[in-house]
Amino acid sequence: MRIKLIDITDVIRSKNAGPYELTFDIMFKSLDWFEKVVAADAINTDTVCRLFQLQPDDVLNIIPFKPAKAIKITIKRPLCSGDLGETDVYGAQQHAPLLSLELNLSV
Amino acid sequence: MKEPFRILSAAAMLGYGFPVESFEAGMSKHPHLIAADAGSTDPGPYYLGAGKSFTNRTAVKRDLTIMIKAGLKAKIPIIIGSAGGSGAKPHLDWCTNIVLEIARDNNLHFKLALISADFEKSRLKDELAAGNISALDPAPELIVDAIDASTHIVAQMGVEPIIRALDGNPDVILAGRAYDPSIFAALPIKLGYDQALALHLGKILECAAICATPGSGSDCMFGTLYEDSFVLEPLNPIRTCTTQSVAAHTLYEKSNPYMLYGPGGHLDLRDCAFIQETDTSVRVSGSRWIPATPYTIKLEGARPIGYRTVSIAGARDPIMISAIDQITEAVSERVADNFRDLNWTYHLRFNIYGKNGVMGVLEPTPSTEGVHELGIVIEATADTQDQADTICSFARSTLLHYGYPGRRATAGNLAFPYSPSDISTGRTFVFSLYHLMAVADPAEPFPVTFKDV
Repeated sequence: MRIKLIDITDVIRSKNAGPYELTFDIMFKSLDWFEKVVAADAINTDTVCRLFQLQPDDVLNIIPFKPAKAIKITIKRPLCSGDLGETDVYGAQQHAPLLSLELNLSV
Repeated sequence: MKEPFRILSAAAMLGYGFPVESFEAGMSKHPHLIAADAGSTDPGPYYLGAGKSFTNRTAVKRDLTIMIKAGLKAKIPIIIGSAGGSGAKPHLDWCTNIVLEIARDNNLHFKLALISADFEKSRLKDELAAGNISALDPAPELIVDAIDASTHIVAQMGVEPIIRALDGNPDVILAGRAYDPSIFAALPIKLGYDQALALHLGKILECAAICATPGSGSDCMFGTLYEDSFVLEPLNPIRTCTTQSVAAHTLYEKSNPYMLYGPGGHLDLRDCAFIQETDTSVRVSGSRWIPATPYTIKLEGARPIGYRTVSIAGARDPIMISAIDQITEAVSERVADNFRDLNWTYHLRFNIYGKNGVMGVLEPTPSTEGVHELGIVIEATADTQDQADTICSFARSTLLHYGYPGRRATAGNLAFPYSPSDISTGRTFVFSLYHLMAVADPAEPFPVTFKDV
């Protein structure tokens, strides 16, 4: 079944984790959805590379965090925060492509 | 059994404000400590490099006045971390000046401790040569030039320098750059409470009511540390702490929610339990502290790269919008050609909102198809303000009148919201250090001075 990430989550956000990394938090509406997405490995390095035009090396980690029913993705920042060419010093508006992500889940 | 240790966290950032009612509700619970974090690297390299605060002076004075009066009355310490935002000397001086003004205004007398977090360049070069400094991946390796070019270099202190300051029994402590949890954890660790729990509680309290729902950076939070756990509770009746909201905060601004690295080691949260204690409070247990050898502290530095001028404009013409990339490229060439004899080194950029102005290279749809207007920020950065002004001004006037193919609107290509259209933003900085340095004594680099106010 195909499902939109936005329909099964409460929070989708991005922020700097220090000036060299950008981190995304995806918090699911229920433990059930969290577990289904994790079990299906529906958000993986390929997904992240495709969404943000990245190479696999740019994806530093993808970690499920059960206490918050969340998946955390951390990538290398394209630039150190505030370097010439910067577009988002805080990194708070880089999450948008995740809002339109559709997942393939076998239920 | 130890008495529970109670902490009032005033706000997520000193100067972000808090309702007095929340603060008083916190004071009525008889805290042993009032603390607030004042710093972050989030606002970018400018503030550290330029020695300026990113928070407003009047707002910081307001928060500090309430905190200091209450702390003195209750005879409990008030601790501020990363004073002035970036925690270098000019920031600490700025915050000290505010505290002295509060004392004068209110005829208050107390003992003030100041902890500096600055590093001399000569020392850092010695440490680099001795192999004590390493890059914090994915930052680049440190070179001597980066040290020389920096205006301010600080390191994040752990709890040890703050404990040393507390040994002198001050009423108010202003710490330079500090690891956010340190200011909350130092006193309970000094008193023998569990280090892991104290630091984990501090990690959550440093963002105050952000760990509640609805979250807020401008409200207080109360933490109670027990021997085997800690409890978080909001002080504003509109907020609740839930296991979800507290656990969610553990993710915030961190790359790995299970391993939180700080001065001298890391918190391992893999076995943490988050339990709903009451309808509004959450109990956390199971945090572990894994010390590292050698003890490392994180260095932060910023260096100037020139001066910046920006011009803000909009475009509504669909023919112009469809050709925006070719147009800005042609304008860049015209600028380069016009000043080629001057041999200036400059950076000229057209940031196009409506295309990829927010996400840059990460933008999955860098297209102007279906877009009815664009925001354009012209940015010139050069060695002097005059050069930056010149490049920005020339790029702006060239873009305004550029005769692109198919143009109908021959009177002008841009809509300017402001007169003057160009804004000189002054000196521009980039981060130059984000590295780990091994230290033999974690308190030594952060000297404490006392002042009777």
